[in-house]
Amino acid sequence: MEVLLFGISKEITGQKILDLSKDNQINTVLDLKKWILKKYPQMGNLNSFAIAVDQEYANDDLRLSDQQEIALIPPVSGG
Amino acid sequence: MKKIEILSDINLNEVYAWLQHPEAGGIDLFIGCVRNHAHGKSVIKLEFEGYEPMALHQMDRLANKAIEQWPVKKLLMIHALGNKQIGDPVVVIGVACAHRDDAFKACKFLIDELKKSVPIWKKEYFTDHTVWVNAHP
Repeated sequence: MEVLLFGISKEITGQKILDLSKDNQINTVLDLKKWILKKYPQMGNLNSFAIAVDQEYANDDLRLSDQQEIALIPPVSGG
Repeated sequence: MKKIEILSDINLNEVYAWLQHPEAGGIDLFIGCVRNHAHGKSVIKLEFEGYEPMALHQMDRLANKAIEQWPVKKLLMIHALGNKQIGDPVVVIGVACAHRDDAFKACKFLIDELKKSVPIWKKEYFTDHTVWVNAHP
């Protein structure tokens, strides 16, 4: 599973993409959020962050699979 | 008819030309541009980054909601990405309707919702530091 990163989340992780292929404990969006917060505690200092699955904002209980396009969305600030 | 784009530069003459419609008596145009200050400090430039396919998809959803709600003749949403200097246009929302009230309402809806949900990020460059806007409390 890969997670696309943008904006401040790229700076916090030092990466453009998180590669979680070796971690099979992540089944849902909530699991992914918890994993991110554990691995990168600085993400917890943000106002919030969301997970997008196939370009839609995803609920915590959505199940994740390798076929989906998954992205971490820090607080947006366009406009 | 709608036009949804993410570009490196916005041409306002082209925007206005595209929005014209013989049945539209009111064209409402919102132009968001780079301001030279934030939090009492001088801003040197802004940098915009986007998750382009999702941003376009979310902008399109907002456009469809506006078209359902108001009698829109033409609707345009364009956001620029990359480095932007003071005064540069970075986002344009244009709505052409028969009457001005609908055009104003649809235009305000679109820019307000874009700022809440479209995955684009703005970094402010000050003389001595940078800030990702809205990132921290």
